Amino acid sequence: MLKDITLGQFFPGKSIIHRLDPRTKLVLLVVYIVALFMAVSWISYGVMFVFLTVSITLSRVRLKAFIKGLKPLVFILFFTAILNIFFTTGGTVLVSFWKITITSDGLIRAFFMLIRILMLVTGTFLLTYTTSPIALTDGLESLLSPLKKIRLPVHELSMMMCIALRFIPTLIEETDKIMSAQKARGVDFESGNLMHRVRALIPILVPLFISAFRRADELATAMECRCYHGGDGRTKMKLLRYKFLDIKAYGIGVILLAGVIVLRRFGL
Amino acid sequence: MAPILQVKNLSHIYSIGTPFEHRALDEVSFSVEPGEFIGVIGHTGSGKSTLMQHLNGLLKPTSGQIYLDGKDIWSDKKLTRQARFRVGLVFQYPEYQLFEESVYKDIAFGPKNMGLSADEIDRRVREAADFVGVTEEQLEASPFDLSGGQKRRVAIAGVIAMEPEVLILDEPTAGLDPAGREDILRNIDRYRKEKNATIMMVSHSMNDVARLTQRLMVMSNAKLVMDGTPQEVFNHALELLEMGLDIPELTRIFLELKKLGLDVAPVYTMDQAVEALVKLRGGNSHA
Repeated sequence: MLKDITLGQFFPGKSIIHRLDPRTKLVLLVVYIVALFMAVSWISYGVMFVFLTVSITLSRVRLKAFIKGLKPLVFILFFTAILNIFFTTGGTVLVSFWKITITSDGLIRAFFMLIRILMLVTGTFLLTYTTSPIALTDGLESLLSPLKKIRLPVHELSMMMCIALRFIPTLIEETDKIMSAQKARGVDFESGNLMHRVRALIPILVPLFISAFRRADELATAMECRCYHGGDGRTKMKLLRYKFLDIKAYGIGVILLAGVIVLRRFGL
Repeated sequence: MAPILQVKNLSHIYSIGTPFEHRALDEVSFSVEPGEFIGVIGHTGSGKSTLMQHLNGLLKPTSGQIYLDGKDIWSDKKLTRQARFRVGLVFQYPEYQLFEESVYKDIAFGPKNMGLSADEIDRRVREAADFVGVTEEQLEASPFDLSGGQKRRVAIAGVIAMEPEVLILDEPTAGLDPAGREDILRNIDRYRKEKNATIMMVSHSMNDVARLTQRLMVMSNAKLVMDGTPQEVFNHALELLEMGLDIPELTRIFLELKKLGLDVAPVYTMDQAVEALVKLRGGNSHA
C-alpha cells in the first residue's frame, strides 16, 4: 500500500540524538557527508562507520526502520555497483569475456561506492527520523538566515518546505481514496499495455491536482485569517537555543572531519 | 427469495505482521435480500468503511467469504471484476473523484469501463442523470462549474449508471443542506424501488435511517453487534448510547419520558410517537 512509504518519517523519542538542536544535526550531517566523500581508505571508512553506528545506537531508532527506508534504493545501488564493476579499468583482470572485463580495482571501487551511498542515505535518515519536520525547517531557516542579506526569502522557503512536508501524508491518503473510488467505477490499473496504464492514471491525477489546489487555497485563507504576513517581525514560541550537549556534538564533528582529513593526508 | 449478497465469517486485519497491525473486521456474517434498504451505523473506526469496501471486492478478506448471487467473488478473477460493477460503491464526498471535462463523460466513465455499447452507455447516462435530478443542460457543463450539491449528484449518478444490483453509499448526505439531503435520499429510494436494488447506506443521521430503512446493522469495534428492524435496534436505545452512538431525537425524548415515569414504548418515527401519545392520553383521560 501507498501508506507504507517511510519518506521523511519522524519517530518521536527522547534520546540524545533527539534532544540535539536541529541546527547542530543539520551541520553535523553536512560535516558527515563531506567527511564521507573525503574518506579514501578502509581505515577512514571504518572511522565513519563507527561514527554512524554509534549515532544510530544512541538514537534508539530501530534498525528495521533504516532497512525499510533503504528498500526503494536497491535498484539504484545495484545499478551503481554494476556500472563501477564494468567500467573501471586497472588492477588485475579477474574475468574477461567478449567486451567485458572485470578487474580487481573495479570490484573494490564498486564496493566503496556502495558503502558510500548506503552510509550517506542512512545518515540522512538518522536526521529525519530523529527530527520533527517543524524542528527541521526551523533549524534550516535559522542556519540560512544570513542569506537574507542577499535578499533570499529564507523564511518563505522554509515555510514552503514545512508545508510540503506536512502535506505528504495527507496527499498519500487522498491518492489512496481516489484510487479506490475509481477502482469502484471499474478502472483497471493492473492489466493492459503501457498506453492503457498511463491512460488509467488520468482519473487519479486530475482529482488529486484539483484537491491539492483546493487545499492550498484553503490553507492560504486560514493563514491570512491568522494574520500571517511572512517572516518580518514574527516571533517564535519555541526559540532554538544551543545547549552544552550541542557544543559537545560540534566538537565530535570537528574531530571526525579533522581525523578523516589527516588520514587522507597520509594516504590512508 | 435467494439472497443477493452473503457474507460469511469475514475478518480483515490491516498491516498484518507489522507493529501497526489492526483488526478492522472480526467474524462478520450476514446476508442481504434484493430490494432491501439497509442502514449501517457505527462510530468512526468501527469497521463500517472497511466492510463496505469488501462487498465489491476492493479489499481482499483476511479470512471469510463474500458470495454474490451464491458465488464467492474471490474464487475467480472474472467474478471479482464483476463484483465491482454489480455492487456499486459511492464513497464519502464522492464529488472529489470527478475528473472528466463534461458531466456526461464523467457519468459515462463507469459504463464505459464495463465495455458497453455506445447506445447502451447513452441510455444509462441519461437515466442515471434523471434519477439524481441532473438536467439536460448540466450534462454538457464541466463538473467543476457545478455547486457542491450538484457535484455530489453527478458523482452518485456515475455509480448508478453502472446499474448495480447492490448500491452502497458511505454517508451520501454529509455536508449537504436539508433540502439537498432530502432530495438525494428520495432519489436513492426511487432507484431501489424501480430497479429492485438493494441499498446499503452508512449514515450518522439516526433520523434518516430510522425513517427510510427497513433494516439496521450496527457495527462496533470491528464486530456486527446488532442486525434487525429499526424497531428492534432502537429498542436497545440505551446500549446504542453506551456504544457512543446517537439515537433518533424522538427515541431520546421518549426515553426521557419513560424516566419521568410515563408508560411509553420506545418509538423512532413520528407516527409511532403520535400513536403512543394518544394511547397515553386515552389511558389517563379519566384522571
